[in-house]
Amino acid sequence: MIYRENGQFKTSYAADQQIFPILQDRWAILGILAFAFIAVPLLADEYLFRAILIPFLILSLAALGVNLLVGYCGQITLGAGAFMAVGAYAAYNFFVRVDDMPLLAALLLGGATSAAVGVVFGVPSLRVRGLYLAVATLAAQFFWDWAFLRIKWFTNDSSSGSVSVSNLSVFGWDLKSPTDVYLFCLAVLVVFALLAKNMTRGAIGRQWMAIRDMDVAAEVIGIRPMYAKLSAFAVSSFFLGVAGGLWGFVHLGAWEPAAFSLDRSFQLLFMVIIGGLGSIMGSFFGAAFIVILPIFLNQMLPWLGDLVGVSISTAGVSHAEIMIFGALIVFFLIVEPHGIARLWSTAKEKLRLWPFPH
Amino acid sequence: MGFFLEVLIGGLMTGMLYSLVALGFVLIFKASGVFNFAQGAMVLFAALAMARFSEWIPGWLGVENLMVANILAFIIAAFLMFVVAWLIERLVLRHLVNQEGATLLMATLGIAYFIDGLGQTVFGSDIYKIDVGMPKEPVMVLQGVFEGGLLINKEDFIAALVAALLVAALALFFQKTATGRALRAVADDHQAAQSIGIPLNRIWVIVWCVAGIVALVAGIIWGSKLGVQFSLVTVALRALPVVILGGLTSVPGAIIGGLIIGVGEKVSEVYLGPLVGGGIEIWFAYMLALVFLLFRPQGLFGEKIIDRV
Amino acid sequence: MNMRKYALAASLAAIGLSFTLTAPVHAQAKGKQAQEQFFPVLVYRTGAYAPNGAPWANGFVDYIKLVNATGGINGVKATFEECETGYATDRSVECYERLKNKGGGATAFQSLSTGATFALTEKAPVDKIPLITAGYGRSESANGAVFTWNFPLLGTYWVGADVLIQHIAKKEGGFDKLKGKKISLVYHDSPYGKEPIPLLQERAKMHGFDLSLLPVAHPGVEQKSTWLQIRQNRPDYVLLWGWGVMNSTALKEAQATGYPREKMYGIWWAGAEPDVKDVGEAAKGYNALAMQHGAEPDAKVVKDILAKLHAKNEGTGPKDEVGSVLYMRGLISAMLGVEGVKRAQERYGKGKTMTGEQVRWGLENLDLTQQKLDAMGFAGVMRPVQTSCLDHMGSSWVRVHTWNGSKWQFSSDWYQADEKVIRPMVMHASLKYAEEKKITPRTPEQCKQ
Repeated sequence: MIYRENGQFKTSYAADQQIFPILQDRWAILGILAFAFIAVPLLADEYLFRAILIPFLILSLAALGVNLLVGYCGQITLGAGAFMAVGAYAAYNFFVRVDDMPLLAALLLGGATSAAVGVVFGVPSLRVRGLYLAVATLAAQFFWDWAFLRIKWFTNDSSSGSVSVSNLSVFGWDLKSPTDVYLFCLAVLVVFALLAKNMTRGAIGRQWMAIRDMDVAAEVIGIRPMYAKLSAFAVSSFFLGVAGGLWGFVHLGAWEPAAFSLDRSFQLLFMVIIGGLGSIMGSFFGAAFIVILPIFLNQMLPWLGDLVGVSISTAGVSHAEIMIFGALIVFFLIVEPHGIARLWSTAKEKLRLWPFPH
Repeated sequence: MGFFLEVLIGGLMTGMLYSLVALGFVLIFKASGVFNFAQGAMVLFAALAMARFSEWIPGWLGVENLMVANILAFIIAAFLMFVVAWLIERLVLRHLVNQEGATLLMATLGIAYFIDGLGQTVFGSDIYKIDVGMPKEPVMVLQGVFEGGLLINKEDFIAALVAALLVAALALFFQKTATGRALRAVADDHQAAQSIGIPLNRIWVIVWCVAGIVALVAGIIWGSKLGVQFSLVTVALRALPVVILGGLTSVPGAIIGGLIIGVGEKVSEVYLGPLVGGGIEIWFAYMLALVFLLFRPQGLFGEKIIDRV
Repeated sequence: MNMRKYALAASLAAIGLSFTLTAPVHAQAKGKQAQEQFFPVLVYRTGAYAPNGAPWANGFVDYIKLVNATGGINGVKATFEECETGYATDRSVECYERLKNKGGGATAFQSLSTGATFALTEKAPVDKIPLITAGYGRSESANGAVFTWNFPLLGTYWVGADVLIQHIAKKEGGFDKLKGKKISLVYHDSPYGKEPIPLLQERAKMHGFDLSLLPVAHPGVEQKSTWLQIRQNRPDYVLLWGWGVMNSTALKEAQATGYPREKMYGIWWAGAEPDVKDVGEAAKGYNALAMQHGAEPDAKVVKDILAKLHAKNEGTGPKDEVGSVLYMRGLISAMLGVEGVKRAQERYGKGKTMTGEQVRWGLENLDLTQQKLDAMGFAGVMRPVQTSCLDHMGSSWVRVHTWNGSKWQFSSDWYQADEKVIRPMVMHASLKYAEEKKITPRTPEQCKQ
């Protein structure tokens, strides 16, 4: 009843091509944005910001990047963490080595560096495919883990290899309180999400999808695989690099390569697969699922234990946490292999007829 | 020269152990097309079971003999691995038939998390000991030929021997038994195998069981070498370049690949490492595999990839 | 199929709910009675480093329980909550955010991870919560003028490295004998393992010994090539800077390559029972530093814990672990936190809950004399600790202990780090940090406030 597009006529190409062709969607998105920009800062407390919302926003951005590569271009990567690390350390170097470097510029330059590195590590994808490629991308992961530990120049000669930043500000806006940081991350994320959405709707996105569906066929109809694949690596690494910069700069404040370890790469891949391959929306769902679930389980289990009068040890809680986490992932993959985004679109279909299905 | 030989032998022996873990990957991938990331978790789980049961059994049954306790523990651990294999097939894989590679990969990662948690909940997360009577002291050979002799690590030597035996046994099993033939048929073509009456589900259970046993043997070897502890799961990461270098579907590939990676890793670390500050072996193994892949995208012995439009 | 749908819907709903519920669950502990002092405990009882993390956590928690069993901190009840970090920095940050406002505000954080210490160093000053890193963390944070909120009490890695070289020099018969000697550092490839390198390089320059660096990748189970290199170079001494399973693996590889264990010296994190337990006889002769204490099964405080907690089944970990090296480290870490509160109460009012800022003052003016320590049951375990505004470390008493095949035994006299070597390095590094962060170091006048 409510969710129907009957009577919404599109009278121009522009109207037909907009991102959300359905009026209700547009309102919903505006509502969500308004909620995120206005209501959340008023409602959330510091813990929610620092421990949940900010990591969620940053990892959503990273998941978007991974989704462009894995979901749209079909190149599985297990080295996403490495590109976050490249972005973070490059941004760090721009930030401390160049006087008066603005934060935003440092982050974007970090992303650009990461994109360049991504192209280099994307070269094997021209020859190697599928799971072979997935394992081969681990080379990037382990190489950069090593490089940031060993090459002192990257860490500005800090004796321990750990780096830190502070006094962050954007155009005179000091990023001090959690609300400021949250709003900054949100703004960055919105811009990048829009960028990603438009890219996937444009020529380049169509090329990626053609490559994903069948690269030989794509080549036959005149798509250059080299250009398409490498551009996907570049764009994806750019997103990851910016996310890595944010993770290091505004979330952790001080970091070491272990912050972008292999576990992070797995986590990101989980996000896009649980969320939905080839879906922008899915990246957000996936990030929410993977960020919040473990923390929630970790806090909920002792509470549930208290409820029934059992006190669970810290170790027991953590073990139960990863067991439930693992089981839920398997469960989700079985019931909905196409991710939460598919559920969402199914729900939308249902909504159109609701409350009077045939 | 003597030292180079030592490095080479060390690399070969480590490589043999990598092959053992890689074999677990290959068996499962061949039969069911699943890239089983849970292999490392299975190694840990099997080793934990083995270590703990061999510790508990003397108390339960009053057996003093270490040998008897170890054998009993091995049987129980093997049985546990069968149960795990059966459950994985029954609860997970059966429902994921015909899914994409990435989805299956992630599902096995989910399984890995689950097994990690389960193993530590049931068996504890301390360091445990597997004592199967492996000799620990090194021996020196060929002292007349090289100055200072050639150091051979007996433990590694025995481990490599066991690994080689297991590989040979598996090869025989695949070539000579009816089940082995059925397995190969499934590996070649699921549908064709099914159409001539090979029960797919049972074959999968068998493969997972075999992979479970391989994990158990690998777990015992690594566990007796390093102590049984959560870090054993990272052993699987060392075996990954082996699998892609050798080819995902090739048993001989896993063995040759293991040896190449083992030697490449050690030689690079010892001879190139000091020039760049050390610690390069882990990424060097991946880079090495990558270089091979650039020439043969399907691995050394993998099935040739043929594209049809 | 229907079952599945319901299950799916239910789990989705649960996850949706989780978002809204997380905050209330977290907020529940707020608003308790005033006279409580809350100690957050970041632990890792799971994962690769669990065998070492668990005894530390048990000792920490047991001491807090002991304080309560003996009347609290001047009547104030000490409360605590554990939070599992798994040795991961981002989980540590989450735990920090979760616990910092609980129970009327956290007293002090102890992260037991160098990586997490780096991240929390940036956050603690903002929230005004002291960060105690007893025996780990950033070495330059000993300079309290710059690192106002960090307390690397009892010792830093530079102290450890310095004492190791002193001990080796003593064995060799003087610093001049070190010339031309070969020393290898086998270290955990992380900020933790890299901390001692600047000091060792400085010492190598001073005494002319040859230092070679051998990194081992996390978690340290693959060390064959490291030990092949050691076999090739035949260093006179090997310094081991490992954590967790890396230590026992190193000892096993040393055995497998025939390197004498007597020539191996570990940092205090590589000198505890989990490191040698499953190596047993083969680790005989292996030496490690003991930061103040070693394994102390005979200390009075240990007996108190056994009598007052474990006898009543209120102890935290297994009974036979009480008094082991890492257990004692956890216990002493908790004790330092409690003593900081006590000292603060002397100034800001006995029997009151102290805020983070007040505890910081207490930690900065800590004066644990031998008498006080003996009275608390630490006779023979610890030597005096006295901190000041400029010196947040307090003392650098270190001994060496040796594994005899079944237990750790002290094998050296007390050492102290050479201030002439360490102080300039601390000043240089901390002032560089201050410059980067645009912090003005506190002057002695500001300290008096």
